[in-house]
Amino acid sequence: MQHFLDIFDIYLLEAVINGILLGGVLALLALGLNLIFGVIDVTWICYAELVMIGMYGMYYLVQVYHLPYWAAAPLVILLVALLGAALHYLVIAPLLTAPPINQLLATGGVLFILQSFATVAFGIDFRNLGIRLPVLALGEMNFSYARLLSFVAALLGMIGVYLFLTRTFTGTAIRAIAQDRQIMPLMGVDAKRIYLVTSAIGGGLAGLAACLLVLQYDVHPFVGLSFGPITFLICVLGGLGNFIGGFIAAFVFAEIISLGGLFSDLEWGYVLAFAFFIVMMFIRPAGLLARRS
Amino acid sequence: MNRQLAGWIIALIVLVAVPFVHRDPYHLHILVLILIWSFAYTSWSIMGRFGLVSLGHGGFMGIGAYVTALLWNHLGITPWIGIPVSMATAGVLALIVAYPCFRFRITGHYFVLVTLALSGIVLQVITATRDYTGGSLGYTPQRAPSGKGLIALQFDDKTTWYLIALAVWVVGLVVWRAIDRSMSRHAMEAISEDEDAAAAAGVNVTAEKLKITMISALMTALAGALYCQYQMFISPDTVSGIAVSLQMVFAAIVGGVYVALGPTVGAVITILLAEVLRIGFGTKAVGWDNLVYGVLLVLFIIFLPKGILGSLIDLVRSPRKPPRGHEQQAVPIARR
Repeated sequence: MQHFLDIFDIYLLEAVINGILLGGVLALLALGLNLIFGVIDVTWICYAELVMIGMYGMYYLVQVYHLPYWAAAPLVILLVALLGAALHYLVIAPLLTAPPINQLLATGGVLFILQSFATVAFGIDFRNLGIRLPVLALGEMNFSYARLLSFVAALLGMIGVYLFLTRTFTGTAIRAIAQDRQIMPLMGVDAKRIYLVTSAIGGGLAGLAACLLVLQYDVHPFVGLSFGPITFLICVLGGLGNFIGGFIAAFVFAEIISLGGLFSDLEWGYVLAFAFFIVMMFIRPAGLLARRS
Repeated sequence: MNRQLAGWIIALIVLVAVPFVHRDPYHLHILVLILIWSFAYTSWSIMGRFGLVSLGHGGFMGIGAYVTALLWNHLGITPWIGIPVSMATAGVLALIVAYPCFRFRITGHYFVLVTLALSGIVLQVITATRDYTGGSLGYTPQRAPSGKGLIALQFDDKTTWYLIALAVWVVGLVVWRAIDRSMSRHAMEAISEDEDAAAAAGVNVTAEKLKITMISALMTALAGALYCQYQMFISPDTVSGIAVSLQMVFAAIVGGVYVALGPTVGAVITILLAEVLRIGFGTKAVGWDNLVYGVLLVLFIIFLPKGILGSLIDLVRSPRKPPRGHEQQAVPIARR
């Protein structure tokens, strides 16, 4: 019995730590989505598909064109940032005054486009980078370097965005627009430019997440569906547009998935996470950190 | 009005006569698919036209299909009982999720994302209980012994299926029209413009929304069960999940959610498009149909938010009709 408990605790601790590591990447995704929602008031349903395109970008640069990983990553971040800006310019900008539901559905259309574009262009095979990072053994627990690296890089990315938002003029303008959409144009802020910059940053964050996720998961055209819905739920749970709430919610979700997966199948981890989300919506409809009215 | 009714009756007679005149099984198969999916899209648009955009309908459809099939395979309960049970299950689920949603005023983006979680849950539960449901490999209802096809609701004959699907589709349109002419429609339009004002004017906001949602969920579950019985094969990806939900939204919007036949037009366009691409390009077409869907969806939302049929009808009827504010004008003004 004692022996059983020892093993069990080790696994539990491993699952908890793996949950935290997963939470880092989820938090990065949630930050990008929250930034766009907070500033432009639009939910990009296709956000995870941008990540998928970024993962394919990494695959092609590293596997086909034989670029080193560290050289391919900035290119991919730039590519997805441009994609984000293009998405805003082509799809969101004409719909800025349309009902919010239409904007949401239009990005749903972009989801179809990106998914089937990937199917048509890259086929439905699973592909991976072929980079296998070693596993870190800590006592009896095993952690993959890929997850550790992702966690650290995600944290650095978030700190970078935080500094940009608080220390630069453009960043300040972005936060101001998020607070009051009507007044800022009167204060001489070019809202169109700010929206475009924000979309590019949101895309860039998706690109960064792509560089990190491609280390852990295989790429296929529907990979976005496996973490896209989770990202939206995290954002809503944290309160759409609430950066800190999204950050906390990402770790809560990651722990639920990781621990649920420990006690049963991984799917049940997801079921638990979804059910938890629905219950939380009723307890705190405006997000974890919102004050109850 | 009488002329319109006569037109409907003639159209119905023509539709009933089709399988007896034209017996090509492939064409009948396409028609049955179009009718079943039209019914599903119509169910979605009953809610969707009032701004209650649900991405959870994939979940209801999955429940309809899987509950019916599971009851038949594991307990031997005939689909004649299984289908009402599956509809009731979907209804209970809709109630559990929708009541708190409406009670706590979860609207807009939030409502969409809560319902998205719902279809996510159903998909994951189906996949996770793979010992019973076959997981992502799909599931087949057991073939009934010959002579018991009626009890098992399994028919080899495409004409029978065509008539069943046609009947259900007509029922869907009748429900749509009944709601369109009821007080509920006015109440729902008031709610979609301004919930507080509607409540102040004496509309029971929660009850009205709940009523519409329940009708829509029950009908969607029926569509799922029918699809399962007709195709005799279901997999989580074809009847549940987010992709199916988005497909419903897409078809309904392309056809037009504000007119009765809009979702049907959407189903005709999407299914014909997929078939034409499949026949024309064979296996190379994989992905192309969705690519075209996606581009059309974006273009439609930007340029023709009322859908093909809705815009055509607007074009034919001159602007005598007062604009329905909640469709286009009210929201941008409120957002400014």
